[in-house]
Amino acid sequence: MRDPAPPLVPTGTSSVPSGLSLPFEMSAAGNGSSAQRSSARSQPADSSGPPGPPGPPGGNGTERIVLDDLAIRRALTRIAHELIERNEDLDRLFLVAIPNGGVPLARQLAANLEQIAGVELPVGILDTTLYRDDLVSRAERPPLRRTEMPSAVDGRVVVLVDDVVSTGRTIRAAMDALMDFGRPQSVQLVGLVDRGHRELPIKIDYVGKNLPTRRSEQVKLRGLSGELSGPLEVAVTEVSDEKPGDPSRDPVRREAP
Amino acid sequence: MTGRDLLAIEDLDRSELERILETSLRMEEVGRRDVKKVPTLRGRTLINLFFEPSTRTRTSFEIAGKRLSADVVNFSPSSSSLTKAEGILDTAMTLDAMDPDAVVVRHKVAGVPKRIADALDAPVINAGDGAHEHPTQALLDLFTVWQEKGRIDGLTVTIIGDILHSRVARSNLYAFSKLGAEVRLAAPPTMLPPAVESLGVKAYTSLREALEGADVVMLLRIQQERLAGCFFPSIREYATAFGLDRRKLRFAKDDAIVMHPGPINRGVEIAHDLADQRPSVILDQVRNGVAVRMAVLYLCAGRTPRGGVRREGS
Repeated sequence: MRDPAPPLVPTGTSSVPSGLSLPFEMSAAGNGSSAQRSSARSQPADSSGPPGPPGPPGGNGTERIVLDDLAIRRALTRIAHELIERNEDLDRLFLVAIPNGGVPLARQLAANLEQIAGVELPVGILDTTLYRDDLVSRAERPPLRRTEMPSAVDGRVVVLVDDVVSTGRTIRAAMDALMDFGRPQSVQLVGLVDRGHRELPIKIDYVGKNLPTRRSEQVKLRGLSGELSGPLEVAVTEVSDEKPGDPSRDPVRREAP
Repeated sequence: MTGRDLLAIEDLDRSELERILETSLRMEEVGRRDVKKVPTLRGRTLINLFFEPSTRTRTSFEIAGKRLSADVVNFSPSSSSLTKAEGILDTAMTLDAMDPDAVVVRHKVAGVPKRIADALDAPVINAGDGAHEHPTQALLDLFTVWQEKGRIDGLTVTIIGDILHSRVARSNLYAFSKLGAEVRLAAPPTMLPPAVESLGVKAYTSLREALEGADVVMLLRIQQERLAGCFFPSIREYATAFGLDRRKLRFAKDDAIVMHPGPINRGVEIAHDLADQRPSVILDQVRNGVAVRMAVLYLCAGRTPRGGVRREGS
């Protein structure tokens, strides 16, 4: 369903050619819609070079929208084209979403690929929680999410789809989990947002948007309706009430796996 | 509930029960994979401390622990050498000094797991204590019913058999009541605990009335050698009055399911032909037991120093 609200991005502002991954295109274009959608205290996205001046002290809840629904759709259309370009045998692809954020993205990618290339690809869901490397050190066990693998993995080109890639630990966990399901021919990675702070040698093959962030910021894909369906957006929130030295409060680590 | 004990369903609230059920659902999916093993508890140690013999429950915990990659050690001291409470605690504390991440305890005396839990840094999971509770059995029963019926709320669950001596009945009574089911108990009057209805359940001495409109019929094992001639005249008479067969099952709802914690006495609690096929879900219960115990281990395992601060009652 399209967002019934006024258009999120004035068409024509973006001159980004499809097929090209321009870093920071949203903020560089001074996209007005981001400012409209974000809260009154939002600050401009300073994406080139080092992070801009910190927000108001104690300004918990300061947030800005870095990708709105249309921008997300555009990125996924471009990524679909890139997948077609880089994979000769499209029928071998198996899209595997990392929940929760990866699920609507993988479904949209599958729809795009069907529309553009006429291929109908399986979409799986792979929860990585049981493969995390920080479970035992955490005070609370995170809830487990659904795993659904509708296709065999053996011999397929598995395309992992995640919303926000940061430390790389989730992706490491996802690859371990994947290998327990079989022996893929190869594994590729789609990340809607690459926010940096990598802790493992993991590279994204298809990036929606490169977004330099501070560790104290939280980057989140969310649905406008409160659920991860319908119109989506990616928001950056300053988490300033964090206690230093408490790893469970580290937003980067918290959203890892 | 990390690093916490699981001693009794009575201690849990609705949201905790729901969390265990949801976690079990995910673990059940792991059990359907080709590689039924995840690295979650790699490098962690689970000790099965069974003072009372039990092959089924111990095996279920052992498989659950191994599917989570824990190292599982089974320890079954002979009960003859351990008759005093002191001896039991000493054994448990000796094991705790080897830094296990969870200890599963079964004992024929009610309250022993609690005593052990109070003394150990490792979380203790009760695998059955006397006539008190058998929490993981109730959890797997809840999970099986949830899988079959899609809900617990509003169901009518009839538990038939030796309610008086049954830790399974006790745990299930709490479990199903807390999630909104109507629980009925049916037994000869000698095997119904006094004032059991004060717990919010209905007690029946007529099987037919207890079965009327039931969604779930849960049978309990009759310990023939212990009970016959004492709590009821003969096994045969018990089977006639309270043994379930297809004819009696007709009093329940058309889609009622039949459960039994095992091991079954064929021809006593349950007719031969009823035990092995639908609507009996006895083997599903066994299968789900592994998933539920994986969920419990996932949620509980992890040492938390009790730092010499003993909890109340110890």
